[in-house]
Amino acid sequence: MSESIRDKVSVVGVGACQFGENWDRSREDMIVDAAYEAYADAGIDDPQNRIEAVFAGAVYPREGSAEIAEALKLFGKPVSLVSDYCQTGTDAFRFGVFAVACGMYDTVLVVGFDKPKDRGVSGPSVAFDRVRGLPATPAGWFSLCAARYFDTFGAGREDLAKIAVKNHHNGTLAPKSMLKKEITVEDVLKARIISWPFGLFDCAAQSDGAAACVLTRADLGKSFRDDPVLVKAVSIAVAEHPQRDPDFDFLAWKPTLYAAKDAYAQAGITEPFRELDVVQLHDCFTLTEMLSYEDLGLCKKGEAKDHVASGTFELTGELPVNTDGGLKTFGHPTGATGVRMIYENTLQLRGQAGPRQVEGANLALSHNIGGPPTTCGIAILGNP
Amino acid sequence: MAGIAAYGAYVPLTRLPLALASGRPAKEGGPERAVADYDEDAVTMAVSACVDCLSGVAREDVDALYFGSTSYPLREKQGAALIAKALDLRRDVATQDHGSSLRSGTAALESALHAVKAGAHRTVLVVASDCRMGAPRGALESRLGDAAVALLVSADPIARFEASAQVNDEIQDLWRIEGERFTHSWEDRFVVQEGYTPNLCAAVSALFEKTGRGSEALSRAALYAPDARSLGGVVRKLGLKPEQVQDGLFSQLGNSGASYALLLLAHALETAAPGDRLLVASYGDGAHALSFEVTEALTALPARRGVSWHLARRRALASYDTYLKARGLDTKEWETSADLGLSATIRFRERDADIALLGARCTSCQQVHFPKQRVCYRCHAKDGWEPVRLSDQRGKLLAYTFDYFFPAAEPPTIMVMTEVAGCRLQVQLANARPDDVSLDLPVEYVFRVIHRAGGKPNYFWKASPVS
Repeated sequence: MSESIRDKVSVVGVGACQFGENWDRSREDMIVDAAYEAYADAGIDDPQNRIEAVFAGAVYPREGSAEIAEALKLFGKPVSLVSDYCQTGTDAFRFGVFAVACGMYDTVLVVGFDKPKDRGVSGPSVAFDRVRGLPATPAGWFSLCAARYFDTFGAGREDLAKIAVKNHHNGTLAPKSMLKKEITVEDVLKARIISWPFGLFDCAAQSDGAAACVLTRADLGKSFRDDPVLVKAVSIAVAEHPQRDPDFDFLAWKPTLYAAKDAYAQAGITEPFRELDVVQLHDCFTLTEMLSYEDLGLCKKGEAKDHVASGTFELTGELPVNTDGGLKTFGHPTGATGVRMIYENTLQLRGQAGPRQVEGANLALSHNIGGPPTTCGIAILGNP
Repeated sequence: MAGIAAYGAYVPLTRLPLALASGRPAKEGGPERAVADYDEDAVTMAVSACVDCLSGVAREDVDALYFGSTSYPLREKQGAALIAKALDLRRDVATQDHGSSLRSGTAALESALHAVKAGAHRTVLVVASDCRMGAPRGALESRLGDAAVALLVSADPIARFEASAQVNDEIQDLWRIEGERFTHSWEDRFVVQEGYTPNLCAAVSALFEKTGRGSEALSRAALYAPDARSLGGVVRKLGLKPEQVQDGLFSQLGNSGASYALLLLAHALETAAPGDRLLVASYGDGAHALSFEVTEALTALPARRGVSWHLARRRALASYDTYLKARGLDTKEWETSADLGLSATIRFRERDADIALLGARCTSCQQVHFPKQRVCYRCHAKDGWEPVRLSDQRGKLLAYTFDYFFPAAEPPTIMVMTEVAGCRLQVQLANARPDDVSLDLPVEYVFRVIHRAGGKPNYFWKASPVS
């Protein structure tokens, strides 16, 4: 059962709008920019005829599916809208892949978007609609593992800082990223604390943005372009709530453990570190990236800090991670992020990633983890 | 027979050194007063005092709860019912609020004593709690302190009720009108000469007359007083010797309003011996005096924190500004929480978890969960649960973060994951600064105001280091 999706669906077009604080761009602007770039990338000049269904993702949607249909003038066809924390984009992609794989549609559009910067606040809103679980901020949720992990494995804020430095560097090489600024370990360590151990530079940049991709049946891929990329796996897993789970050990995020096991089985991957060429993983906070190295099986539990020190996951390392700067500097419009990773991995697999290109990339993984956190989405793409 | 069967007290951890209000640096050992933290009010302090009082007492034995306060935050809605829920008392417990008067604490006590004497109730929990405010940098601010005291009344007392006497008097000396935040006072000398001194002396003298025993028969007198000097005047007039007078804690605690005289009585009980005669007297539009004789049962009373433990546990605020923020007296653009309210429907549905801090134990596998689930995490059994009160159990700190983002009087807000009764409970950490936090720290749970969204206190529990 778990290998049934492999090689059945192709990614033939990808697009993204400029990510950032898009004060002068509307939600419609961003959706149209991303979708039309994906159309052009797929060689589609009559989307109203070619796109049979849309699978959209947004954490702060407005007007439901109509917002996407109105923006793209795609009427008389199904538009679905997914909203599930940070793995929203990967889940929208998953529905698109399944819809094509089951034979219902030949060609579909996947679009992820969000525009948090219209709310007038920096960072997430502060919730007062309950008394339990406050403060309910993502920084607070994702820092839950810090004290115990540091205590068990001897890691610290300095190790996290190197991850932020790496992603800031990679972001300078991605034209559509939000932040293009090199930083130092010292910058990270002396920044104001948001939620210990996270200082300002340990946190992803909340931004506006949209990303899109066009999916089609694998046997139709070459009719769109010469270098279609194949979907090898796409997996979603929901795990126990880490604030309630009586067995939670504060050393690993279970959603990633579950989803990775399933995704690797689908793709037939047994040695992820050796087999994968490039990885985009969910660096909402630096510690999330550190734990995800281990939770995705890219290294052993407790050894992430050694790989951070030796540069394993840098652009010049053995397995480059977050080649476009990740959530940290490319930006994190929540619903768009999973699709933005499909965009980057597709460029990497085609050899179109410019100065951040990973030589000979043939197998690429993308990963989102969201909620307190409770859900994970993983997609694996590969060249034929 | 009726009398006091147990006592408990609560004084907030935080102290305001008086020097700070006048812009001078605080000196160690200088005068200070106890001030409720930003997440405390008359209710949360009352809950803590009751928990202390109920140490070693079966909660299901409590038949009634009387609550006295002048600063309970809501004008319409009972405080005693909320306190009873937070204490997880029986649903058929009789609840009463005694308000508006500085004598509401002793009034509640007297009502309880008569109810027990008359056989209407076997055990009554009396709690007095006040968190009054004087205007910033004013004279009253430097005298008022925040504290709560709880007394259990039953027919099997450690201090047998002897007699009481009261006088009433119409005098506008201290008052607070509807909508005002600060207590107002008429000229000090008028208050003392025409109000406090004659009234307190009249009530105490009437009590002496009733019992046929004068001041010489008293072991200790716990007397309300606006300040040390006024207390001295009353002591002289009543013919009491200094060693007979319970320390008024003027430079440590301050005058804690409705709870003040009873708190001094609880403090006296900590060092009393069987056979001692104790007197307590409160003041406010008249005065109210009660006398007690300590019994042998005192020696068998289980250990409790009482007043002394709380006085020894203190943390001085670093700045006057922190005090103003904690009291909501700082100037801000607007209340960020003003237009966001909790759903009363959800609050009603979740009162077992949020107010009583009840977890649930799976009857199949014994795993405890908070909040209660429908399906067990551990064994996946459905709908087999029994309630577990977590509020009176100790926990252990498993994880923590310091959150500088959540609005707080004194950031950071410390968020912790604790384990209690084998279940995970994520709460804020009260009574602590980041330096106090470490993995595996033992904690207890305290009832606090989480925020004031909708303009009302919204309560839940927090963890607090066990010191």
